Amino acid sequence: MTDLPRPITEEGPHEVSGPKPFAPDEAFRPPRNQWWDVWDQFRTHKGALAGSFVFVFIILFVGVGPWIWQVDPGFIDIRARNQGPSWAHPLGTDQLGRDMLARMMFGGRISVAVGLTAMFLGLLIGTLVGVLAGYFRRVDGLLMRTTDLFLALPLLPLLLVMVLLFREMLSQRLGEAAGVFLLIVVAIGITSWMQTARIVRGDVLALKEREYVLAARSIGTPPRRVVTRHILPNVLSPIMVSATLGIASAIITESALSFLGLGFPPDFPTWGRLLFDGRDWIEQYPARVIWPGLFISLTVLSVNFIGDGLRDALDPRIRGR
Amino acid sequence: MLNYTIRRLAMAVPTVLIISLLIFLLLDLAPGDPTAQLPLTIPPEVREDIRMALGLGDPVLIRYVKWLQLMVINEPLHALANLTGWNVAPDTQRILSWQTRSPVGDIIAQRIPQTLWVVGLGYLFGVLIALPIGIISAYKQYSWFDQIGTFISMVGFSVPVFFTGVVMILVFSVWLGWFPSMYDTTLRVTNWETFVRQVRQMVMPVAVLALFNAAQISRFMRASMLDNLNQDYVRTARAKGMKEQVVVLVHVLRNSMIPVVTVIALGIPAVFSGAIITETIFRVNGLGALLINAIYANDIPMVQTLTFIFAVLIVLFNLIADVLYGILDPRIRYD
Repeated sequence: MTDLPRPITEEGPHEVSGPKPFAPDEAFRPPRNQWWDVWDQFRTHKGALAGSFVFVFIILFVGVGPWIWQVDPGFIDIRARNQGPSWAHPLGTDQLGRDMLARMMFGGRISVAVGLTAMFLGLLIGTLVGVLAGYFRRVDGLLMRTTDLFLALPLLPLLLVMVLLFREMLSQRLGEAAGVFLLIVVAIGITSWMQTARIVRGDVLALKEREYVLAARSIGTPPRRVVTRHILPNVLSPIMVSATLGIASAIITESALSFLGLGFPPDFPTWGRLLFDGRDWIEQYPARVIWPGLFISLTVLSVNFIGDGLRDALDPRIRGR
Repeated sequence: MLNYTIRRLAMAVPTVLIISLLIFLLLDLAPGDPTAQLPLTIPPEVREDIRMALGLGDPVLIRYVKWLQLMVINEPLHALANLTGWNVAPDTQRILSWQTRSPVGDIIAQRIPQTLWVVGLGYLFGVLIALPIGIISAYKQYSWFDQIGTFISMVGFSVPVFFTGVVMILVFSVWLGWFPSMYDTTLRVTNWETFVRQVRQMVMPVAVLALFNAAQISRFMRASMLDNLNQDYVRTARAKGMKEQVVVLVHVLRNSMIPVVTVIALGIPAVFSGAIITETIFRVNGLGALLINAIYANDIPMVQTLTFIFAVLIVLFNLIADVLYGILDPRIRYD
C-alpha cells in the first residue's frame, strides 16, 4: 500500500538527490494522479490551451446553440431572402430566406458528429489491427501487408466512388440523413485507420518485451487480459494524439466531399455543403462563404493545436521540464 | 541495395494487382450501364446482344483479366505509339469512355499537361518556400521568425484548400480584379501578351497549392533540422573551427534532407490525384477535374483507369522513396 501517506519520521532526506537544498514539503507532497502532471504540462503550451478554448466554444456553439437560438434552419421565408446581418438574423439569410446562424449551428452539428464518429471508427480499427499485429506474431505479416495495401490506395477518388455507388441504396434503406451519415462515417473510418495501426503496432512490439508483460504471462494471464490490462493503457498516449489528428482529417474529408457535391443532400447543410452552396453567390454575398469556411478552419486548427499540446504533455521525457 | 530494390519491385507487382482487383470489383457494383444512352427504339434483345458483344456477360474474373490486359499492355503501347510515332500499337479494342466514346488513354493524354503545369508548379514552389523556412525556423528555434513560421505553417496545414481557394478568388478576382477566377485551357501561348495571361491565370491555383504543400514540408524540414542540430558531429564540426555557414548549410542540411527527400517523393503522387479540389475550384481542366466529371457522369471505364493510374503512381513513389532513403542514408541497411 505504497500510495498511503507515510509517517513523517520514517522518511529520510536521502530521498532527495542532487545538490538542491532539501525542502521538507517537496519530499512529502501527496501522491498525484499522472493526469494532473499531463494537465500541468498541457497548460504550458499556449497554442494548445487556446485551441482547447476554441474547440469547447465550437462544441457549445453546435451542441447548445440550437436550444438558445430556436430558429428552424429549414424554414423558408422568401420575402426575407439575401438579407445582411440584423438582430433577427445575426448572420443574414440565404437565397431562400433561411436563417444562416441556425444553418451554421445545425450544419456544424453534422460536421462535428461526422468528425467524431469517423475518428472513433478509424481509431477502433487502427487500434485493433495494431494490437493484434503487434502482439500476435502469426497475424502480423498479413495485417501489415493489408495496412500497406490500404496506404497505397488513392483515397479521395475511392471515397468519391464509394459515396456515389452506395448513396442511393443506403438512402432508400435507412432514410436520407441516416443513410448518408452512415455511409460517410464508414467510408472515412475505413480509409483513415492505417497510421494509427502502424504507430500502435510499433509501440506494442516494444512493450511486449518488457518485464511486467513477461511477469503477467508467467503467472498465467491469458493474452486477452494482458492486452487489456497491461498493453492498452500504455499505448493510450499515441492513440490520443492520433485521435485529435483523426478528428481534424475527418472533418476536412467530409467538408471536401460535401464541397464536391457528393456529401450530404442540401436539406442537411454541413459546413462543407454551405460553402459549396455559397460559392455561387460569392460576388454578391461573400459572407455566406466566409462563415462556414472560417468555422471549418477554426475547428481543424484548434484540434491540431490540441494534438500538438497533447503530444508534448503525454511524453514523459518532455514533461516536467 | 540492388537486391533490396529487386525484392521491393517484386513485392510491388502483387500490390498493384490486388489494388486493381479491388478497384475493379468496387466499380463492378456500380449501377451504370453502357447501353443506357442508346435510343429507346432498340428492342431489348438487341440491347442484350450489344451488352454481350461488349463482354458484359462474362464472369467477373474473366472481365477483370481482359480489362487488365487492355490496361497494362494495350494502352501503354498505344501511348508509346502516340509519343514516338513507332508502329507498336496493337490492332485491338481499346478502353472506351462511356461519355465521349473515344479511347480513355487519349483523353488522359490531353489532360496531363494542364495538371502537370499547375499542380506540379504548385508543388515545386511549395518545396522551394518550405526548405528555407524550415531551416531558419530550426536554426533560430523559439525566435520570432520561428514562432510566426510555425504558426503560419499550422494555419496553412489546417485551413482546407477549398477555403483558401475560395478566399483567394474573393479577394484577388472579385474585389481587386487582378487575376481571372477561371482557368482558360484553350489559351495558346504565342506571344508576350498571351504569356502574361497564362501566368496571371496560373497564379492563384499555384499559390493555393504552394501554400498547402509548403506548410506540410516546412514542418518536416524544421523537425528534421532540430534532430540534427544537437548531434555530436555538429559540435565536432564547430570545434574544428568551421564556419557556421558551412556547419549548417553543408553538414546539418545534408543529413536533415534525408527524411525530407523521402517525404517530398511520397507527396508526388498527390500532385496527380490530390489536386481534385483545387482543379474544381479554379476550373482547371486537368486529371482531377476529369475524374470528378467522370464520377458525376457515371463513366465507369474512365474512373477505373484514372484510379488505377493513381494507385500505380502511389505504389511507384513509395518504392522510390524507400530506395532513395537507402541510397541517401548509408546507415540504413536492408538485409
